[in-house]
Amino acid sequence: MTQDVVIKAQNLDLTFQTNDGPVHALKDINLDINKGDFVSFIGPSGCGKTTFLRTIAALENPTAGSITVNGMTAEEARKSRAYGYVFQAAGLYPWRTISGNIKLPLEIMGFDKAEQQQRVERVLELVELTGFGNKFPWQLSGGMQQRASIARALAFDADILLMDEPFGALDEIVRDHLNEQLLKLWARTNKTIGFVTHSIPEAVYLSTKIVVMSPRPGRIADVIESTLPRERPLDIRDTPEFLEIAHRVREGLRAGHAYD
Amino acid sequence: MRNILPILAVVFAMIIAWYAGAFMMNKKWTYDQANRAGVELTLSEVFADTMAQPRPVLPAPHQVAVNFWETTVEKKITSRRSLVFHGWITLKATLTGFILGTIIGTLLAVGIVYSRVMDMSILPWAIISQTVPIVAIAPMIVVLSNSVGIEGHLVPKTIISAYLSFFPVLVSMIKGLRSPDRMQLDLLRTWGAGKSQTFWKLRLPGSMPFFFAAVKIAIAASLVGAIVGELPMSGSGGLGARMLVGSQYGEPLLIWSALAAAALLAAVLIFIVGTIQTITLKRMGMAQ
Ligand SMILES: Nc1ncnc2c1ncn2[C@@H]1O[C@H](COP(=O)(O)OP(=O)(O)OP(=O)(O)O)[C@@H](O)[C@H]1O
Ligand SMILES: [Mg+2]
Repeated sequence: MTQDVVIKAQNLDLTFQTNDGPVHALKDINLDINKGDFVSFIGPSGCGKTTFLRTIAALENPTAGSITVNGMTAEEARKSRAYGYVFQAAGLYPWRTISGNIKLPLEIMGFDKAEQQQRVERVLELVELTGFGNKFPWQLSGGMQQRASIARALAFDADILLMDEPFGALDEIVRDHLNEQLLKLWARTNKTIGFVTHSIPEAVYLSTKIVVMSPRPGRIADVIESTLPRERPLDIRDTPEFLEIAHRVREGLRAGHAYD
Repeated sequence: MRNILPILAVVFAMIIAWYAGAFMMNKKWTYDQANRAGVELTLSEVFADTMAQPRPVLPAPHQVAVNFWETTVEKKITSRRSLVFHGWITLKATLTGFILGTIIGTLLAVGIVYSRVMDMSILPWAIISQTVPIVAIAPMIVVLSNSVGIEGHLVPKTIISAYLSFFPVLVSMIKGLRSPDRMQLDLLRTWGAGKSQTFWKLRLPGSMPFFFAAVKIAIAASLVGAIVGELPMSGSGGLGARMLVGSQYGEPLLIWSALAAAALLAAVLIFIVGTIQTITLKRMGMAQ
């Protein structure tokens, strides 16, 4: 089966020049992400997950190697609005209502008013926030704010969704619920998703492909293709298949640690 | 009601202290007069006299209140003895100076935030400008603007007023325009926003709380600037000119009434700005 490669990293290297000398954040990253993949990046703190995601989004420039998105350079892809980016904090503007926040990228991209309104309503429904459009961010719970920021990233129909620990600050129950919703959303929209997490169960539950990274310098320790079906009820997490994949991820993480 | 009680208590204490001060400072003149006339005064007679002298060292509150009433409500507002007449002159200079200062402060802040060269070249001078005492350069500005042939007194007063008010706006707006964090700026980048979109959609609205904090200080500074600008030009009118006339002719009541008018004006201006702030920030969802 041949699949379209959307994101292709080849021999990617990135070194930050800091006052305390160079920090080798990414070393020799080779990775293909196919259309419709749900790829999780997991690894200990400081191993370069955020940096890699930012490099895909052309928010950082690699020092060596290449990265292409939809066959373009990352910079060109960013300019053609190929992705929606969700940061760890919701980052909603406090002076805009939820609708206003979701409209922001649409205003910048020049959608007309009627289209904006229509899209806002559609994505609010996708993240189950219908009726909250006129609220200000501080009137919503943390989980709702995070959903609103996901809605904002979905509003302009980018094919790729990059998410950096979007549920990191939320409690387990809310997290489970949002994970379920995210999977449904992914199934419905067939987007390609890059997802950073610290949680093994979260990575296994969500992903079709799990990228285990190890630190100093940040590199890929293992890439695990999930054998789980695309349809995933929450209790799939108790099946032997799930536990086996989780085990492999844990092994990968441990191997990365033993290295230094 | 619970808030008003402590305020009233403080006001009450201040009025008591004021009366006590008036008694202490004016009684010397009363005793001198009595000595000269060779009469003995009881304490209550001394007290009554200190409260009603025509030219007291420190007028009692009710004297100021009466004089204030006479020179505002009971005078035609076109009269040169009316504080409303002079207050209007001061208000005009305050508002023009305030508007000019706010515009200059905001524009400079935008320049400094967007241009490294301006950041390095303008900001130090702006800071130095505020270390020069305004009373020292106010007369110079008046003389200079006269000698270049500028008619009237509004222009020099506006300049002095703007000179004082641009600075708080400048400092606050630099901070406000720089307040968006890296994540918010990065978000805009992922959407392909340009510089001007970043300014209008993120930096400017984000700076509003800073703007209003600064504008409250700026309006008070503008009033001070206008009054200081009026001091060297008693002929031009204005509350500052009234204070000067009062001190030249030994009329303390006049000075105190003008002071009261200036304080009232400041309170009203700050209240107006505060109300605009509350309404704006509330509509922006940022009021607490
Ligand atoms: N802008 C930067 N300048 C200098 N060094 C940086 C910068 N951003 C990241 N780094 C360094 O690069 C390394 C990787 O950081 P990164 O944020 O990608 O880690 P991470 O895997 O996302 O960690 P976490 O799980 O804690 O979020 C770290 O050592 C970090 O200190
Ligand atoms: Mg990170």
